[in-house]
Formats: sequence, C-alpha cells, structure tokens
Amino acid sequence: MNRRYEAEQPFGRQGEGLSNLGGGIAVTRRDRSQRPSARRRRRSFLQIAAQVFGELLITAGVILLLFVAWQLWWTNVESNAKQDQAVEEFFADLGENPVTQEPEEDIQTSGGDQIPVLETMAPGETFAVIYIPRFGDNYTRPVTSGVTTAVLDNLGLGHYPETGMPGAVGNFALAGHRQTNGAVLDDIHTLVPGDRIYVQTQDGFYSYVYRNTQIVLPDRVDVLAPVPTRPGVEPEERMLTLTSCNPRFGAQERIIAYAVMESFQPLADGPPDEIAAQVADVAAGSA
Amino acid sequence: MYAFIFRHLPGPLWLRIIWVILLVAAALVVLVTWVFPWLSQFSPLTDSTIGT
Repeated sequence: MNRRYEAEQPFGRQGEGLSNLGGGIAVTRRDRSQRPSARRRRRSFLQIAAQVFGELLITAGVILLLFVAWQLWWTNVESNAKQDQAVEEFFADLGENPVTQEPEEDIQTSGGDQIPVLETMAPGETFAVIYIPRFGDNYTRPVTSGVTTAVLDNLGLGHYPETGMPGAVGNFALAGHRQTNGAVLDDIHTLVPGDRIYVQTQDGFYSYVYRNTQIVLPDRVDVLAPVPTRPGVEPEERMLTLTSCNPRFGAQERIIAYAVMESFQPLADGPPDEIAAQVADVAAGSA
Repeated sequence: MYAFIFRHLPGPLWLRIIWVILLVAAALVVLVTWVFPWLSQFSPLTDSTIGT
C-alpha cells in the first residue's frame, strides 16, 4: 500500500491536468465552497461526456430493473384486480338470471342426461368462472372469449373461439399466462391425475377430471382439435384443454393439460361439495 | 448530467428536492403507461397461446 502510493506520487505531480485527482481534493473542496462552478469549469469535454454516458448507462440499468419488477409483479396486481372485477360482474349477472329462469326445468334437463351448452360468445365476453382446487382455495378465475393479448393480459384465461364451449362434445380449450398478467396457469405443472377442474357458467357447474399433461412446440395447433392431437377424428368425449407457456419464465415450448368431463350439476342444485364454500365466499363477496 | 439538472432547477434546496420527486414520478408514469407495455411485446413470457 505504502509502496504503491509512493510510486504513484511522481505521476500525480507530473500531469498538471490530473493533479486534482490525489492531493488536490482538499483544495477542490475549499474551492467549491467559495465558487460553486470552479471545479466544473476545469473538466474537459471528454470527462463530461464520460460522466453523461455513465449516468445514462446507470439509468438504463435502473429502467431495466424497473421493467422486470413491472412485468413480473405489477402486471399481476393489475390483472388480478381486473379478474376479480370480472368474476364479480359474472356473479352479479347470475343474480339477475334466476328470476327469468325456472329452476325446476333445469333439474329435468339434467335428469334426462342433457347437458346445456352455451353458444360461442363475442370476443371479450366473460362467460364462465373456473375453479381449480389444486391451485388453491381461492383460485376463482374468469373465462373470457378470445385469446388475444387484450384478453389474456387483462382477464387471465381466454377461450380459443374456434374450440367448443363447456360441456360440448369436443374440446373446450383455454389459454393463460404462466407468468405475468395474473400468472393464471403458473401452477399448471402441479396438477395430479384425478384433480377436479370446475367450470361454472350461467347454466351450472361442469366438473372435469384432469388426465394428463403434454409439452409441445408452440406450433402444435392439433392440441386444440376436438380430439386433441388427432385432427379430423370425430369426438366422443367432452375435453377441457389448458395451454400455457413452458418452461416457467420462458416460452420455447407450450405446456398442455387435458381434462375429461365427469359430470354436470345445474345451478339450482348448487355447487359441487369440493368448491361449495369457495363459491359461497365469491358469491357473498360480489353480492 | 443529473448534477447539472439538479443545479439548474429553480428555487431553494427543499423546492429542488420536491422538483426531483415530481420529475422521477412523472418518468415512472410515462414508463409504466407507455414504455413498459410496448416493451413487453418483445418479452417471451407473454406467449401462452398455441399456433401464434
């Protein structure tokens, strides 16, 4: 340390322009207190340019960090609020509907093994709410028609409009973000065969049973076929397909989760036991 | 650069500090409202659909 200091001293004295680097600090401090602009005037153009460039680089770094925070955290906060509102509106609409509907008729259609199927909705229309107990007691998400960024970034799960509606023989396919904008399908890899996925529409509750997961490349549109991965084949089962990006925090692949419909319960019969408390909570919250 | 801006803000020190807070807040609003949503289209994290 000592030797190094001695070695540098002659150099410091040599260059007059650099003399304020070492021993000049005390002098500069005094200068600054007396004449604010004294030190600035002495700086060369190169020094100023280097400082501005450095400050711009620091600014760019801070902005990138802010972007990461915004993308991974703030978009979730915003999207969750919008989704909660969409669920509230869905339940508010349900509250109006039973007046015009006759519940007894619903029970009859259920007894006759007829499962009501909604017509495909206009893009941006929230037509269902989905409950996945595996993703948590409070996993109540709206399902909206369309898979454009406007839908997925704001309202979470989007329905591929060219695929079937809940309860239809064929494939009811949904897309959702794994990360950002609500991260609605972040836990998609934690599904275990046998897990229930409940879809509630204005008609009732469709119970699907999770069957398997497939990881594919992003261009595999055949997973959306009425019989997934077998386009052109006549469907017999009522499928539910969830698509999201894979791996987490990446998008080189897509993760696809398949579920098969097990039962339908009309709205008048109330929600299935597993989600009864949850549905009551949500309905109470939006009443 | 920032030192230069700070020196050229009007008013006494406390007012200039308020200026700085306002300017940083304005920059954040611009970033969150326009810049970040635009930037996010280049982020691969938001590709969740099949076939696009």
